[in-house]
Formats: sequence, structure tokens, C-alpha cells
Amino acid sequence: MALTTSAEPPRRERSALKRAFTKEALTAWLFILPSFVGFFFFYALPAFRGLMISFTDWNLLRDPNPVGLANYERMLADPLFWNALRVTGLYVLANIPIQTVLGLLLAVLMSRLTTSMFVRGTLILPYLMSNVIVALMWLWLLDPLLGFGNALLQMLGFSRQPFFGSPDQAIWTIAAVNIWRHMGFTALLFYAGMQGIPGSLYEAARIDGASENRMFWNITLPLLRPVTVFVLVTSLIGSFQIFDTVAVTTQGGPVNATRVLVWYIYENAFQFSNMGYATALSMTLFAILIVITLLQLRFLRSDQSDLA
Amino acid sequence: MVESTTARASARHRPGVPWGRILAWAALVLLLVITLLPFWVVIKTAFSSQRALFGAAGSLLPADPTLFNFRRALGLASLEEMIAAGGSGQSLNFLLYLRNSVIFTGLIVVFQIFFSAMAAYAFARLKFPGRNLIFLLYLAALMVPGIVLFIPNFVLIRQLGWLNTFQGMVAPYLLMTPFAVFFLRQFFLSLPRELEEAARLDGASPFGIFWRIVLPISQTPLATLAILTTINMWNEYFWPFLVGRQENVRVLTVGLGIFQSQTPQGVPDWTGLMAGTLLSIIPIFLLLLFLGRRIVDSLAFSGLK
Repeated sequence: MALTTSAEPPRRERSALKRAFTKEALTAWLFILPSFVGFFFFYALPAFRGLMISFTDWNLLRDPNPVGLANYERMLADPLFWNALRVTGLYVLANIPIQTVLGLLLAVLMSRLTTSMFVRGTLILPYLMSNVIVALMWLWLLDPLLGFGNALLQMLGFSRQPFFGSPDQAIWTIAAVNIWRHMGFTALLFYAGMQGIPGSLYEAARIDGASENRMFWNITLPLLRPVTVFVLVTSLIGSFQIFDTVAVTTQGGPVNATRVLVWYIYENAFQFSNMGYATALSMTLFAILIVITLLQLRFLRSDQSDLA
Repeated sequence: MVESTTARASARHRPGVPWGRILAWAALVLLLVITLLPFWVVIKTAFSSQRALFGAAGSLLPADPTLFNFRRALGLASLEEMIAAGGSGQSLNFLLYLRNSVIFTGLIVVFQIFFSAMAAYAFARLKFPGRNLIFLLYLAALMVPGIVLFIPNFVLIRQLGWLNTFQGMVAPYLLMTPFAVFFLRQFFLSLPRELEEAARLDGASPFGIFWRIVLPISQTPLATLAILTTINMWNEYFWPFLVGRQENVRVLTVGLGIFQSQTPQGVPDWTGLMAGTLLSIIPIFLLLLFLGRRIVDSLAFSGLK
């Protein structure tokens, strides 16, 4: 944009300058100013500053010391980084499909059975709770000694489980807790999407003798694609940033089993004062999220709707 | 749509037991129970006595019911009482944290929405060079994950000497979020221009038009955004945890987290913790009770923008 302006003759440039100071433009600048201050200082500047810090060695006490790409090289050779990536991947892999399928199932059940506000309100109640409260609730429910969960397992004839306390179960337990929290909200989004599908489509399909099953696969699901894309993109981006639940329940343990990427970044930044390495890790997370978003948007063709 | 669904179901109805419907209801009820049961366990634990908890893990009713845990959580019980009851002597300064949460959330909701609305109005209605470029930058900022910004923002707040102050806690959210600007711009674009034109002919200033015409006719999207922002900020943990740990600015989420981490590792103070948790659930629960439909619609709308 700047290039085209500078290539234009000087006369046009002056008029561009004039346009920048018309009454309307001045008003607009004033309207935008507060938000732009917020944008500049808390979005643009920190994003740039984060990138700069990632090329330094900095413990907050002395001045940052430029080290080039050393932090990124260290990252590639760091088994804990690869472990964090693996654990985060496992969490996302467990979280996204189950949460999406359960949400879809719940939405179908709601749209067929009830329009009750009570049902919808109940289902989104967990989503309205903070991660901290939800994590505390489940830490207690799944307590190895006194938790209700283990008492229930025993009553049903299963053996007691350590849940958060076991390296093999901890990350799946955290995934389950967050599935519980988000399932109803995902269902609400799908349900709202289903309300937008014209009933006449189902009528026509029924006259043609289509089964409920076929109508779901051939009408409901394809027409829900914009909602599905939204749910997948936002929940994937969100679940890569899992932190609160880990901070309250396991703090990365037992034995690295829940040391997810954001927890590892947090530890490096705020426990080991390793700002350079922590920002290098966070820039890497950012890059991963951009790639995932672009791939998703491409494969899911989010910009097109089947409902013309 | 809903009526047509029912009509469809009854048209298909064949004589005999409607197994499909029974199964569907069973599945829905099961999922509702899974959703609600944990809340019930919190309630029954909060009313249980600390000592009776050992024998009552699987019970659905409070063991040896008592209100002592709430007095403890609210900081109303004396240290001797707490130690006599077998507790750790930790308390949750609930009312202070509640006040802090209200200040933190309230400041952000009011100012963020107002300033974001001003910017959104300019992007939607006023002509100025660079409009598309700046808006594109705002949109790009939607993509940046929290942790990427939290570290440099923490450094900035620390350099400003704003750690453990309300201004440090609200600063990154007070003037805008890209989402708020984007959300309101989309709505302002759809407003009819006639009202603004008429006011302009009557000599109203741009800010007068914004304040007296645009904001009042935008109550629904403003309320929707206010609900979404309230929920997000009330539940925010990471940022206030980084910059607002001290007692006098500590919000509820951080207070609960610290309370939990301070209870003994071997035998955590579960009854006290659950009393605190239950107290923290109440504000959101009341909000849902009084604004139920509004909240549900707002959340649903957030997915369909």
C-alpha cells in the first residue's frame, strides 16, 4: 500500500495528505485513538518485543544479551520441548474429536427432543465456570483416597484409579475434565446452527423416503459446516494453549506427563527467569497455530456454505 | 423448525414401543447427570464435616452436616476453632477477592466495550486513509495466542511498576480487544444510515450521533458483548495470576488457586476448598439464573458471527 502511494505523482500525494486531515478523517482518528493505544502497547509492541527477546539471553535482572538463534537451536535439542509437544499433541488428539462428537450428539438430541431452556442452561453451566473452579472440582472428585469418582468405580465393581497421580493417566484425565467443561458449549453452537437449517429441506427428504440417519449425514452435517469449522478452529487453537487446568491439578507432573507446551513456557519465563528461551518457545507455538489454522481453513473450505 | 421436527417424528410414529425416543432421552438424561453430578458433590462436600469425610466418600448426602466450612472460607472462624476441627488454619478472604473480581471485571467490561465501540464505529462508518490497513492489523491480532503476549506484557507492566495493582491487571484489556472491535463493527455495518443522516442534517456532531443514536439502538449487541466479556474476564486466571498475586488485588480465581496450593499436600483441606469453590460458583450461577436466555443466546451467537 505504501509502495503505490510513493510511486504516484507528488500532486496525488498532497491530496492524500489532505485527505488525512479532513474533518471526517480527524474525527475518525479521535474515535480510533484509545483502541489504537491499547492495540499498539499490548498487542503490536509485545508481539514484536517477544520476537526480539527470543533472540536474547535474559533473566530480567541484567540487560538482555543477544544470542542470535541459540534459543531456537537449544529448543530443537531439548528433550523436554519435544516431550511438551508430544504431551500437548496427545491432549489435543483426545480433546478435539471427543468434544466435537459429544457436542454434536447432544445438539442432535436437543433438537429432536426438547427446546427447554433448563436443558441448555444446565449444559453450558460447566463452561461458565472458570478453569480453576472446574479443575478444583475434578481434583476432588478424582482424589485417589476420598474422591467420589473412585467410590463410584468401586461400587460398579471396577478397581480404583490414580487419575491425576499417574503418569499414564494424568493427561487423559485433564483432557476428560476439559471435554466435560466444553461439551455443552460445543453442543449449544451446533444446536444454534441447526436452527438455521430450513425445515423444508427435511420435509422434502422425508417425502423422498430418506431415513433420519440419512438426513443427518446428507443434510444436517453438510449444512453445519460453517459452525463445524468455527468449533474446530477455535477449540484447536484453545486446546493448544491448555494451561489453567495443569497449573491447578498436576503442575506438569507426574514425571513430565502433563508438562504441556504453555506450562513449560510458563516455567521457563516465571520460575527459571529464562525470558529468552521462554519467548522462543512461545514464538514456536505461535508458528504452529498459524500453520494449523491455515491448513484447517484450506481443507474445510470455511468460506463456502452449502446453503446458498 | 422445531414444530416440523415434532411433526416429522409423529408422522413416522409406528405402533409399539418408541425405542428410539426412549434411548435418545436416556442418553440426554445421562449427559445431564454427568454435567450436574460434580456440582452436587461440591455442594455435599462443602456441607460435610472435615472429620466425617473419611467414611463418606461415595455418599450422596453431606456427612455430619455443618456450616463450619463456609465460616472458615469466609475467614470468620478463629484459628483455634480451625485447628480443633483438624484443619490447616488456612482461610480464603472470600469477600475481598470477590470485591477484586468485581473491580477487575467491571472496569474492563465498561471501558473496553466503550472504546472498542468508538473504534468499531469509525471502521464501519467514517472514511479515512489507512482504514483497511489498521483494521487488518486488528484482525491479525485476533490470531496471536495469549502466552506470546503475556511474557512481553508482563515485562512492560513490571517496568512501569504496575505489578500487583489494578491498573496493571486491567491495562491489556481496558482499551480494546480485537474481538470486541470486530464484533461491533460487523453490527454497525448493518445499521440503517438514515437515522445518522437525519441527525447530521440537524447539526449533531459525530460523537453526538455515536452517543445519542448509535449506542442506544445497539443495545442487543452491546449486551451480548458485555455478557461474553464478563464471563471471560471473571474466569481469567493466567494474567491476574502473573501480575496480581498480592492479597489486596487478588481476584477469586487466583485466590482459589493459591488457597489450594497452600493446603497440605498429603491431606488437602477438601471441605474448606469445596466451600470456597461453592461460594465462587454462586455469582455465575445467579447470573445464569437471572439472565439465562440472554446468556445462552449470547454464547450461541458467539459461534455464528
